[in-house]
Order: sequence, then structure tokens, then C-alpha cells
Amino acid sequence: MTDATQNVGSYEDEAQFGDYVALLKPRVMSLVVFTAAVGVFVAPVHVHPFVAFVAILFIALGGGASGALNMWYDHDIDAVMKRTSRRPVPAGKVTKGEALTIGLWLSAIAVVMLGLASNWVAAGILAFTIFFYAVIYTMWLKRWTPQNIVIGGAAGAFPPMIGWAVATGGVSVESVLMFVIIFMWTPPHFWALSLFMNEDYSKAGVPMLTVTHGKTVTRKHILAYAALLAPLAIYAAFTSIGGWIYLAAALYLNAKFVYGAWQLWQRNDAAAEADGYKAEKKYFRFSLTYLFASFGALLVQALWVQGFGMGAW
Amino acid sequence: MAAPRAEHELHKRRFSRNAGVGITLACFVFIVFGLTYVKITNGGLTQGFDHVVRPELIPTEESN
Repeated sequence: MTDATQNVGSYEDEAQFGDYVALLKPRVMSLVVFTAAVGVFVAPVHVHPFVAFVAILFIALGGGASGALNMWYDHDIDAVMKRTSRRPVPAGKVTKGEALTIGLWLSAIAVVMLGLASNWVAAGILAFTIFFYAVIYTMWLKRWTPQNIVIGGAAGAFPPMIGWAVATGGVSVESVLMFVIIFMWTPPHFWALSLFMNEDYSKAGVPMLTVTHGKTVTRKHILAYAALLAPLAIYAAFTSIGGWIYLAAALYLNAKFVYGAWQLWQRNDAAAEADGYKAEKKYFRFSLTYLFASFGALLVQALWVQGFGMGAW
Repeated sequence: MAAPRAEHELHKRRFSRNAGVGITLACFVFIVFGLTYVKITNGGLTQGFDHVVRPELIPTEESN
């Protein structure tokens, strides 16, 4: 057997508890926890702290379950790519069957528990999110189109919408805007990564934009998405979740995000290779800061309004 | 009579996994218990008719 996923047998290779946790993509879960929590706390309806905690926990578990399903299906791609080759399935710690079973069971538990803890609208959106990430993105889009992460990014954009639904039982302009911010942010974030990780995607045969259309086109796309994101993110400041604090943060962060994208667009491959993709790596890191700071500003805005009764429009 | 079982490396390796699963299950029980408590203490009326009519559960206009 040459398949690494079949290399499970001796007890030295047995999975530890941490390997099963790794199956749930804890770093992605941290983003889910944060954005879902913001969705719950900026909503105009008070949620009991314990219910909010449980709801966020099961939203995160649902996200983790979809991560396990992704690792089950993508074991072949993960084994080829350097960045993912040490994941539990390609490393031979967890079998494909275990990843699938864990993914399906945790999905079911997360959806049912979220429904029981909060409401079935939130649970329904969570179920759709898991389906979207595991089936639409992982099984279909990822291997088929360079627009994979554009459409697939929707899966990562749902958590604040689910959080909002936990509190309000529905969907509104504000929750859609939070969805749109993450949805429009995802392509520049991943394309910046693919600019300096291009070989990995190319080797695995994943049709990332850098592989199919080249890096120059990708740089143009990053600038276009950053420019489209800015007005939408700033517009959120003028809704019920916005205010002076968020507006100031959004103006600064979006100006920097667009300026960074413009700088990447100005560069060519020769310049990037000469300095080891310094600007691209810096932009990728800033994109993470951008998202955490944007949602952090929404949270601070909400706490400011709730705590001092001021600051909102 | 059974011989005393030697601690094998396998048992040590599995202990952390079993402990992890045990702690996770205990947390799940705590969550279900806590959720039940919160729902009951914040959920208003918790009585059901249970085959016996309880006047306090009948809406005012009907009871009049």
C-alpha cells in the first residue's frame, strides 16, 4: 500500500485526542467563534449568556464538523500540498472513514443542539452552511472552477448571520451585511495566500486563479474585490449595528485594505520573487487583522451602545 | 487467578484519548443540564395539562 491514509495499524500511529481536534480545523473555528459571537452580541435582542455560550459553541462545532468532512474528501489533495500534508488523515493518524463518521455525527449533533438551544432558523442556516462547505465547495467547486473560493467563501460568511438568527430568530439587512463583509473579504485573503503558495495548489491540481489565469490577473482581482468590499463595509456603519466607533475603524481599515491591494496590483512577479513575496505575505497577514478588527469594532460599538446608551445613530 | 497486568505503552497512549473523550462527554452532560436549567427558569409556564384541567393555565377570556 502506498496510500498514506492506509498507514494505520501499529499503536505508535494511533490517533491521540489532539488529532481528532485537529480534524475540526481549530484555527478556522476560532474565526467562526469570533464572528458568530459578534452576530449574537450586536443583535438588538438580549440572549441569556449561557444560551449564547452554548449557541456559539455548537455553531463552532458545526464549522468543525464541516472541516472534518472537508478533510475526509480532500485527503488526496492534502497529502500533496506541503501546507496540509501533516493533517491527521494524510499523516495516517486518522482514517478517512473515521473523519467521515466524525464529520457526519458532529454535524447532526451541532444542528440539533443549536435548534434546541436557540431556534430552528439558526439551526437551519447552520445545516445549510455545513452542506454548502462540504458539498458545494469541497466536492464540487474546489476542483472545478477558479471561482472556487469566491462562491465557497459564503460558507465562512454565514456564522455572524447564524449568531444574529440565534438572537432574533430571523435574517435582516444587518446580518446580510455582516455576511457580505466576510464574503467579499475571502477572495482577496485567499488569493493573496495563493500568490506565494502557488506551487502547492499547482501540484495538487486545484484550479486556483493563480494557476489557471496567472498572478497578474489575480492581482487585478484582489484589487477589484477590495474596492467592492470597502463601500459595503462602510455602509454597515449607517445601519443599526453601526456608529461612530465602527465608522472610524471601517474607514481606516478599508482605506488600508484597498491601498494594500493597489500596491500588490502595481507589483509584478519579478519584483515579488526578488523580495520573497514580502508585500503579498504582509497583505495576507493584514487581511486577517482587517477581519478581526472590523468585527471587533462592531462588537465594541454594540458594547458601547449597550453600556453607555450612546454612540449609535 | 489473573496475573497483574503490566502497564503497556499502548495503555499510556490511549489514556489521553480516553480522558479527552470522557471530559468531552462530561462537558456535554453539563451543557444539556445547564441549558435545561436556563430554559426552565426563564421559560415562563412549565406546567402542562397532564389530563387534569388547571384553571391557572387557561387564558383569562376563556376562564371568564
